[in-house]
Parts: sequence; C-alpha cells; structure tokens
Amino acid sequence: MNRKKLVVIGNGMAGMSCLDEILKRRPDFEVTVLSEEPYYNYNRILLSSVLAGEKPLDEITINSREWYEDHGITLCLGSRAEEIDPKNKNVTDQNGIVYPYDLLLLATGSNPFVPPIEGVNKRGVFTFRNMADTKNILEYGAPEKQAVVIGGGLLGLEAARGLLNQGMRVTVVHLMDRLMEMQLDLTGGEFLKREIEKLGITVLLNKSTAKIMGDGPAAEGVLFKDGSMVPADMVVVACGIRPNVELGKKAALHINRGIVVNDFMETSDPSIFAVGECAEHRGKVYGLVAPLYEQGKVLAATITGDKGPMYEGTTLATKLKVLGIELFSAGDFQAKEPDMEVVSYQDHAFGVYKKLVIHQDRLIGTILIGDAQDANRFLEIIRKKEKVGDKRHRLLFDQPPAVAGSPTDVMSRPDEDTICGCIGVTKGQIVQAVREKGLTSLSGVKACTKASTGCGTCSSVVQSIVVAVAGSKFQEEKKEVLCGCVPFAKEKLRNMIKTQQLKSVQEVLDIYGNGTGCSFCKPALSYLVDEVLCGDHKEDRSARFINDRVHANIQKDGTFSVVPRMRGGVTSPAELRKIADVAEKYNVPMVKVTGSQRLDLLGVKKEDLPRIWADLGMTSGYAYAKAVRMVKTCVGTDFCRYGTQNSIATGIELERLLEGLYTPAKVKMGVVGCPRNCAEATVKDIGLVGMEGGWQVVIGGAAGKTVRAADILVTVKTSEEALEAAMLFFQYYRENGEYLERTYDFVVRLGLEKIRRETIYASEETRRGLMDRLNKARAKTVNPWLEESARPFHPRQFHDFVLPKESEALIGSLT
Amino acid sequence: MIPAATREKIYKWYAVANVSDLPLNEGRRVYFGLHEVALFRLPGGFRAVANRCPHKGGPLADGIVAGNSVFCPLHNWKVGLQCGTAKPGAGEADGAGCVQVYPVKVMNSIVFIAFDEVSSERENS
Repeated sequence: MNRKKLVVIGNGMAGMSCLDEILKRRPDFEVTVLSEEPYYNYNRILLSSVLAGEKPLDEITINSREWYEDHGITLCLGSRAEEIDPKNKNVTDQNGIVYPYDLLLLATGSNPFVPPIEGVNKRGVFTFRNMADTKNILEYGAPEKQAVVIGGGLLGLEAARGLLNQGMRVTVVHLMDRLMEMQLDLTGGEFLKREIEKLGITVLLNKSTAKIMGDGPAAEGVLFKDGSMVPADMVVVACGIRPNVELGKKAALHINRGIVVNDFMETSDPSIFAVGECAEHRGKVYGLVAPLYEQGKVLAATITGDKGPMYEGTTLATKLKVLGIELFSAGDFQAKEPDMEVVSYQDHAFGVYKKLVIHQDRLIGTILIGDAQDANRFLEIIRKKEKVGDKRHRLLFDQPPAVAGSPTDVMSRPDEDTICGCIGVTKGQIVQAVREKGLTSLSGVKACTKASTGCGTCSSVVQSIVVAVAGSKFQEEKKEVLCGCVPFAKEKLRNMIKTQQLKSVQEVLDIYGNGTGCSFCKPALSYLVDEVLCGDHKEDRSARFINDRVHANIQKDGTFSVVPRMRGGVTSPAELRKIADVAEKYNVPMVKVTGSQRLDLLGVKKEDLPRIWADLGMTSGYAYAKAVRMVKTCVGTDFCRYGTQNSIATGIELERLLEGLYTPAKVKMGVVGCPRNCAEATVKDIGLVGMEGGWQVVIGGAAGKTVRAADILVTVKTSEEALEAAMLFFQYYRENGEYLERTYDFVVRLGLEKIRRETIYASEETRRGLMDRLNKARAKTVNPWLEESARPFHPRQFHDFVLPKESEALIGSLT
Repeated sequence: MIPAATREKIYKWYAVANVSDLPLNEGRRVYFGLHEVALFRLPGGFRAVANRCPHKGGPLADGIVAGNSVFCPLHNWKVGLQCGTAKPGAGEADGAGCVQVYPVKVMNSIVFIAFDEVSSERENS
C-alpha cells in the first residue's frame, strides 16, 4: 500500500477548492493539510460582511470538520510550515514535526503589506486579512470611535464600510490620486469618491502616511508627510497584499514576485505545485477569487496525471461589495495605447459613469459605476473576444434580447463557469439543482445552493439560469395578491387605502374585493387600514379574529386566557396580590408563568373577562394578538455583577414606546445587559444587546418553529440611539411586512442592506417620517381592557344568551 | 330550511335576544337546556347553527363571519350558515362535516329560535 503522500500547505480558499477538485478525480492520495490559522476552511471574501455585521463569524465556514473527516484528510490546525527540504521531500512545521511528501501543494496565499512607518506596532493598529484580524477589529472598535483606514483600494473601502456599520467615524486615506486605482481611471475614481462620501466616510487622497502617533502604547492619530494629521482611535492598514513566497524561497523554487508556475501550474520543482495568490503565472499574480478556481481545476488535472487542461490567465473583473454602491471594472480599462478607443457616458447628478474600451473592434475593458447591471454582458463580450462590428453604436445602452442576462446567453457558458464568486457556485451546480430538485425560483436556488447569498450581485444571472432551465414553470419572486377575495398586492392596497382614505375593511372589500372577504383577508385588511391611517381608521370588530374582539386568547375548549402587561418582566407584591385574588375569585383553573416573563390566567370564561380586567386594573399584555407582545429583560446593571448596561430600564422604556400597536405578525423583544444574553435577545424579533460602551440592535431572531439568530442592524453608543434604531425598524416592518410574515422571514426577504438603507441610514426626512407615523399611531392606542367600562364597542360585546329552562314558547308550535 | 329528517318533530319558537343585542356580522352563544347554539346577525338576517364545529368542537359563535359562512376560530373550518355544511379552510387537511341548522325568525325586533321539544330535553346528537 504505497499511497502517494500529498501535503497541502495552506487551508484557505485556493488550497481547499483545489483540493476539492483533486478529490473529485478520486486519486489514491494520502492527504495532509497544514493550516497556520486555527480554523476550518472559511470564506475569506465574506470577512468584510462579518465586519459589516451582515454575517456572524461562524456562518462563513466553507468546509466543516465533517468534510475533512469524510475525505480522510489529516488536518493540522495551528501548524505553520517552517521548512521545506525538496531533496528529501519533507516539510517541517514550527513544532519540529516532519511531514514527508511525494507531492507538495503550496497555497500559502499572501500577506498584508504593511508600509515601514513609525508606530505601526501600536495598540489599535490592525491589518484586515484573516479571521483573527476581523475578530480583533470588532473587539477593539466601538461606536463613535475615530477609525482611519490607510489604503483606498477594494479591501480598504470594504473595511471602511464595515467600520461605519459598527457606528464608527471613518476616514479613508489613500496614497494615490484616486480610489481603487487598480480598477478605475481618474474619472471613475472621482465618481466613486463622491459615492463613498455620501455614505458618510471622509476620503483623503494624495496622502502619504508618515507616522502613527500616540504618546502611550495606543494609536491616537495618523500624521502625513504634508504635515497634516487625523485623530484616530484605531487604524486599519489595507495597503495591498504581497504573495507569501517565503517557503518557496526555502525550497529554492523559481521566484519572481510570486512562485512562478507554468500553464500546468507546475513550479520549477516537478514535485511541487502552487495555486492562488502565492503563484505567479505569465508574469501575473492574482488577488481575486475567480482565477484561483480556474487555477485549481487545472492543477487538479496536472497533479492527478492528466496533463490536458492548461491555464491561460483570467480576464480580471472586480465588483466592489460595498452597500449602496454599484461598481464593476474589468479588463484593460485605461486605454493608454493610441489605437484604443473609448466610448463613455457620465451623469454626475445620478452618479452614473460607464466606460468601454475598444481595441481593433473588440471590447477589451470596462468601468461601470452607479449602474452595473450590464456587468455580466460586457464581461462575456470581453472574454469571448467577440468582434463588436455594427453593434458598437448601441453597445452601451441597448440590451437586445439575445445578449446578456437572457437565458440563451447564460446557458451558452460552460458548466464549470463560476456564477457566484462569493460562495463559489458554478453554472453546472445551479443547473443541476434546478433540474434535480425541481426548483422554480431564485429564492429556491438561493436556499438550495447558497448561490447569490454572498454579495448578491450575481442574482440576475442566477435568475436567468432558472428561467432557462425551469422554462414555463419559472416563478417570479412573489408579489402575491393579498387574498383571492381582494386580488391586489399588499403594496397596491396600501396606496389605495392611503390615497382614497378608505377607512374600514368593508369599504376596501366593497370597492376592490368581492364584498364578503374571508377569515384571512378580513384580519389582514383590519391591520392594513389601522397601520396605513395610523389608527385613524374605522374599527370593525367583526373583521377581527375573536381574540381581538374580546382581548383574550381563545383556548381549545372555547375558554380564554388572560395575560396582563408586565413591562420588562418586572412586577410588584401589590400586582401579584391582585392577580392571586382574581384567580381565586373567578376560579381560574390554572395560573402559569409564561415564557415571556409574565403570568397567564388560563381557562377563563368569556363573560368573566370584563370583570376580571376591572378587578386587575392592569393593562392588556396583548398576548392574544398580532401585535407587540413584550420585552423580556435580564437583571442588568441594577443587580447583576456582570451587567454592563441598564437592561431593565431600557427594556421597560422600549415596551412603553411600542406597546398597544398592531404588527403584521407578533413581535417579541428582549433587552440584555451584556453579551451573556440571559434574556435571549438574540433570538427575538427585536433585541438590544448591551456591551461595554454601547448597544447592539439586533433584528429578525426567532426561537419558535424556526430558530434563527438575529442579525445586527447597527451598533450604537447610547440607549437613546438604540431605542431609536429599534423604533425605526419596528415601524419599517409595520409598513413593509406582509400580513403574518414574522421578522425572521421579513429580514431575509428584504435583506439587511436594504433594511439598513431605508431605516437607520435613510435620509433625515425618511427617518423622521417613520418616527412621526409611529408616534401618531402610538398616540391613538388605548388599553383595550378599559374599553368595556370606558367606551364599550357594543353594549353587549361579551354577552351570551342563556334561556331559563322554564322559558315559554311564545308563538306555539311550528309544523 | 328545515332538514327533511327532522321535519316531523315538534318545534316551538323561543325568544332569545333583541335584534340590537348583536352587532352586524358577529355571533353569540345561546344556551337553552341541552342546546348550545351559535346565533349570527348577517346583513340579510339572522342565522343559527349548533355551536360545535364538526372538526374539533370549536365554538362557531366566536368565528369570523364572511358572506353566508363562518370560519371556526380554532382551525379555520368554513361552515355554511344556510345549510350547515362544513369543510376545512384553505390549506387545511381534507375532511367534511355538517352542523345542525336551527330555524330563526325576527318579530317586533325580537329574535326567535325554534327548538324541537325532544332534543331540548336530551343531548343533541
């Protein structure tokens, strides 16, 4: 049994995607992977999403432990390769352990380039390259802190956006005269700078950093060679990357900028191969994801003895994954040669810039800013080296159906083409999933293959594939009508109600529906008229579910349960005494502590309800309604020795601000004083998580039929800001959620980016609008338990009819 | 209006409520002897059926009224108030059933329900 020993140095995306390709060819290899980082293979591209709070750290793992085990791979985590002995064919790690090899794969990636300036070793100065960097930055950063990002390239801008999302004040400084000079010309740089500044990030160009200042061990500012200075609590250095070639040098391989490989991905040593960012091919070193997949496939063929496929280089294409900015750049966009021609379009007001570079009647490069929907079409034309010919005059604007985005076009691409670069999903995988699983929609493919769940820019291409494969079965993302009885989409109905001031459910049903409605659309419309008119509607109790007619929760035997409001789960001896008295007086069969930190009186007869409320003298807890339920809190700074924030007071305040309001589906909330999360705020519809110096506002969590960890909406410094962010999201959900759609579906459907853009990062005017409508609706609410005594809806709302046994038949018999 | 099988029974009208006691499109429970009836006020007049959904016994009087039907508040079965046929609501499992329909009439703003003498004495089947 002399299996060939394959040792892989590097456990990153290049090494593992290549290894995956190798394993698909089922060679008889004994595989060992040395990983300097103590993590399973993860998606490095998504670190910027982690920094932006869009994804939790543990969701970016690509291959879990099972994958290594299933493939019989020996994974040595935390093992840094120190030496290669090419003569005796072995590798030694930092612990002195020797790994013999027959074949060696170098996937050592690259190192962040840190310019040799004074002060880079100070506390608070970070690179942004790996999992540890990201964790350190997140830990060190805090709302309102000043952050300076040195480097205005792709990575620097993504880091800046992430820091901004963490609530920091961000400045990007760049050595060059424009941002992203590797991908943009001067004009493009100007357009991008304006877009970045609109986000609230300060951009300084032509700034050469002289020194990172600070009297003590921590960074306090950045000094430039022109004498100017920017204060900084933290500094992120994103000045580019350098191929990690140290090991290659030790193995005496041919090194230039990277480890030189030929078209078969072989190095100068026949037993050693290199892939990814550490490799140099035809004079080029790539720092993006697409080339490494292509290289990996070729290398897999070579290393398993199939010297057919050759790597011929990749046309570089870059998309900027920054919320709210569309940017695409590909190929040769500079047009420096005299015989290159430029077709361009600029619209400063809309921030749109498009540039095409044409050489000898072929499209060779493009820049798109502000509107990148043609990105795939142009990239396709560039890669195919098609002659532009007479299509040239409508290349920029025309989208003839037979070109990009259309089914035929995508389908003509080879199966192994990567469609989703973030997750690494090929066209073939998507086609296969659609065929075998019978998928018919974009969301189906997203759920099944994870394609388009990263930066999401490929969603139109993914959709084209579904259209092409599923054919007539394809379903648009649902803009469903509310109900067969009122055949209009919710958004349409909202507009009609608003513009025509339709005050009641019956009016809507009469004008736009079948006049009668059903048990689904009547409550849905009840919610809608209430929400759209901010409580100024005409309440029709018959259109509400029984729970909302009698303000109690119907049980399986027709009795009801009563849950008084207990804000933040805080009660008092007097309140408890009243509840005990009521329970005895009305023979309540069961008193139970609920999961929401409240008390539930179960088995109450309907006719007893008004008297019970009067005796209790408390506010309705709305435990029966699609409405604000409660705010669960932990003990917080008042008593807990770990507490960092006053969770009880903040929770009670949050409950007071929102109670009594109806919502598309129930809304449960939680406020915790520290990340120990004792009141489970991270599985609530809205949660506030206290930490040293601030709050995380989280949304879309659930611990019901679905369990889902909430997403971070924003991190802020004060409880006022946290409450405001929660209120903005709350009202946004009220206005945009489909009836019965919980926040955990809502957040997924709309996407965190859109929600942020339209709530916390929306214009001042938009935010004020949300708040005004919320406060107006809140002012209209009354405690429904006072309704019976104060202004009964109907004099006999709770009245059933009991005829005495000896009743007389008044008109005689009927036969 | 009266099911054929029970037509020979003796019915007597009993006053159960004033018209103004019920809001439009809502139901109320009426208890008489062993009868438990769900009485509804529809735009076209009053209707009464046994207050027990054939599915799991839900109180139909607490359901949402739409047109000439009521939806059971427990599991959304749809019960026709003209002839008592019951079937699962949209998206629910298969099944069908029937509830007893009681004759109702209104005179001088008083609502009368006709109960048969036999079943008012023993349990309604």
